[in-house]
Amino acid sequence: MSSRLQGLFEQLPQLLGGHLSLAVPAIVVGVLLSVPLGILCVKSAAVRGPVMLVISLVQTVPSIALLAIMVAILGGTIGYRPAFVALLIYSILPIVRNTIVGLEGVDPAMREAARAVGMRPLQQLLKVELPLAFPVILAGIRTATVWVVGIATLSTPVGAPSLGNYIFSGLQLRDWQRVLFGCVATMLLSLILDQLIALIERSLQRRRFVVVWVATAVLGGLLAVGLAPQLVPATAAGFTEVGQQAAVAEGAAAEQQPTLAGQTIRIGAKGFTEQLILTDLLAGRIQAAGGTARPLGNMGSTIVFDALAKNTIDVYVDYTGTLWSTVLKEPGPIGQAAMRVAVAGRLFDQYGIVLLGPLGFENTYALVVRQEQAKRFGLRTITDLTSQAGQLRIGGDPEFFGRPEWQRVRDLYGLHGIEQVGMDSTFMYQAVADGQVDLAAGFSTDGRIDAFNLAVLDDPLAAFPPYDAVILLSPAAAANQALVASLEPLVNRISVAAMRVANRSVDEDGRTPAEAAAALAAAVGIGENPGDGASR
Amino acid sequence: MAVPAIELEQVRKEYAPGTPPAVRDVSFSVSQGEVLALVGGSGSGKTTTLKMINRLIEPTAGTIRVMGEDVTAIDPVMLRRSIGYAFQGVGLFPHLTVGDNVAITPRLLRWPEEKTRARVDDLLALIDLPADSFRDRLPAELSGGQRQRVGFARALAAEPRAILMDEPFGALDPITRDAVQTEFRAVQQKLGLSVVVVTHDMTEAVLLADRIAVMHEGDLRQLGTPQQLLTAPADDYVAQLIETPRRHSDFIESLMRPAVVGGEGKA
Repeated sequence: MSSRLQGLFEQLPQLLGGHLSLAVPAIVVGVLLSVPLGILCVKSAAVRGPVMLVISLVQTVPSIALLAIMVAILGGTIGYRPAFVALLIYSILPIVRNTIVGLEGVDPAMREAARAVGMRPLQQLLKVELPLAFPVILAGIRTATVWVVGIATLSTPVGAPSLGNYIFSGLQLRDWQRVLFGCVATMLLSLILDQLIALIERSLQRRRFVVVWVATAVLGGLLAVGLAPQLVPATAAGFTEVGQQAAVAEGAAAEQQPTLAGQTIRIGAKGFTEQLILTDLLAGRIQAAGGTARPLGNMGSTIVFDALAKNTIDVYVDYTGTLWSTVLKEPGPIGQAAMRVAVAGRLFDQYGIVLLGPLGFENTYALVVRQEQAKRFGLRTITDLTSQAGQLRIGGDPEFFGRPEWQRVRDLYGLHGIEQVGMDSTFMYQAVADGQVDLAAGFSTDGRIDAFNLAVLDDPLAAFPPYDAVILLSPAAAANQALVASLEPLVNRISVAAMRVANRSVDEDGRTPAEAAAALAAAVGIGENPGDGASR
Repeated sequence: MAVPAIELEQVRKEYAPGTPPAVRDVSFSVSQGEVLALVGGSGSGKTTTLKMINRLIEPTAGTIRVMGEDVTAIDPVMLRRSIGYAFQGVGLFPHLTVGDNVAITPRLLRWPEEKTRARVDDLLALIDLPADSFRDRLPAELSGGQRQRVGFARALAAEPRAILMDEPFGALDPITRDAVQTEFRAVQQKLGLSVVVVTHDMTEAVLLADRIAVMHEGDLRQLGTPQQLLTAPADDYVAQLIETPRRHSDFIESLMRPAVVGGEGKA
């Protein structure tokens, strides 16, 4: 087995556990809610109309949006709870619908027979109608199971670990083996759960009750495995182990400075390569100080900020321009240094969040085109696009097209005619290089700008605000002297060039973020970074 | 004289106000141990009449008494448990075994389990389906005739005051039908059961029933023994209905006669 594959398998217990802990309880609670709801719908037309309308409508909300909405509804809580509630909601429709269809499909003669032999309404339901509708209801439960196990992969961006971690990080790292691994694991889990339920159904029909009990016990076991981390949060597999290793390795260092021994620091990250590398860089510092790092990667931009404000995570790296426009809702940019000070002051005043300091590089938006095209048409600045905006297609992250910065660029440079093509940021550089789009909204630190022979267009009107990378600490974490001490050496140490090299080593050379973080730490002279493998 | 098992007095059913009643002021009584057949075409009101007896359908007007007791004074669920019911198309529950189907009403009545089990075994023996080999089978594993007999056994299970049967032999092939009818008649006489059986088949009525009530468009046209109907039909409709078994019987007799004569000739 290759070492990369082995690395993927090492994460499996934790991620599979996370996945089970979401999916299995969501299905079980879904059944407990939905079957009675379905019965109620059959018995009362007044209930049925509104119930079906609401659950059908909710079902049409795109899953990833529903997860994000749950975070908002639960007051910015990230992690297990919003993911669980969203999955629960998704499990309801197929079960309610099949319960209704199953009960209505019961032969009216059977219903009359039940009355005629002297059953009361509840006895008719329990002894005749439900058993006869059972196969159809079970088919609904199987549908719900397959849906929920699949959709559970989307809980990664709201900070609940799942098999989706493989898929999301694989997409960002362009590591198809990782993506495939996540997909196959999810499919296998779906298949196993589905077949287990099918086995129970078949055995019930053939009256092989021993098999029914065994299969039910296996399902119950999976439920217990799934629930265990929720009941005993500290036992989340993987994290404690890493922490112990680090604690042993760094035992000596811990005596010399404030120690993080025995503490678990939760590190947030948004979903792109640079953030994953920086997560590992922070994790390395925390472990060097004897602490346990718990990376919660691949979160949405506002979700990760809200999580920090609520002390759900302790630290992450954000960018001043992003905070300025999306958190502080400021319409126009100001100068780089002024913005840094203003952001720091207002985040502390409004949220109690502490801006520990800049990392030393800026990751700003950059409109990129093919070098040969830039030469042929004499493109140097964004201004040069204005005259032909109507014929141009721009690729970019859907999030980018919704940002105020993009509004501002379009207004200042007159780019309203441009056609926007939303795509994952993973693909946009390739898309420009292939000519599928004419330009892309990339990032200045991205190693792929060089790798794909792309050129960055200047922004003479300063339409894009400055984007200094800054370390943010949650209100609670800011009071942690040992944590502050462990992270302070990172301030103003990382140049744009060093960051771009690190990004390229992951995106183009297939290194892991942990390896890139170790190399970055070594390159900028921050010692004792345990690097490779320590945080993963 | 003992009270009649079932008594209907001026019973009427209107499904919707202003429409012609499905059953119009029907009166009859069934003595204990008697089999009464309700005969008529579709829409005659015979099934509605049957279902009013155990309150599957509530009458619009009139009085129904079972063993002398007004049925409206009895909890309908308890009433149904005290009256056996056998259905067109059997009505066995496909997810329950033969034994569990037969045991339904005794269990609803919370009989002690040993008594229920003994009763099920007795009944299966009575209908010639030995409990040891049939008790644990599902209805799908039985033939049509066997299912019909189990349906009959289920109707008998809780020692009912009377039995209602709705086209009970309709779905059977002629040979099985004959066998099951014969068996039904034997069991009915042995146990002295009071039975109301609905059928559209006058031949079946003549073979099974002590008395026949002919219904047409909600009216009771004639009530009498098969012999009375044959010899003195009250109107053209009854005459037409009773004509069928008579013609069959005459035709079969005419087929038999030459063969018998021929046989004697050779002897």
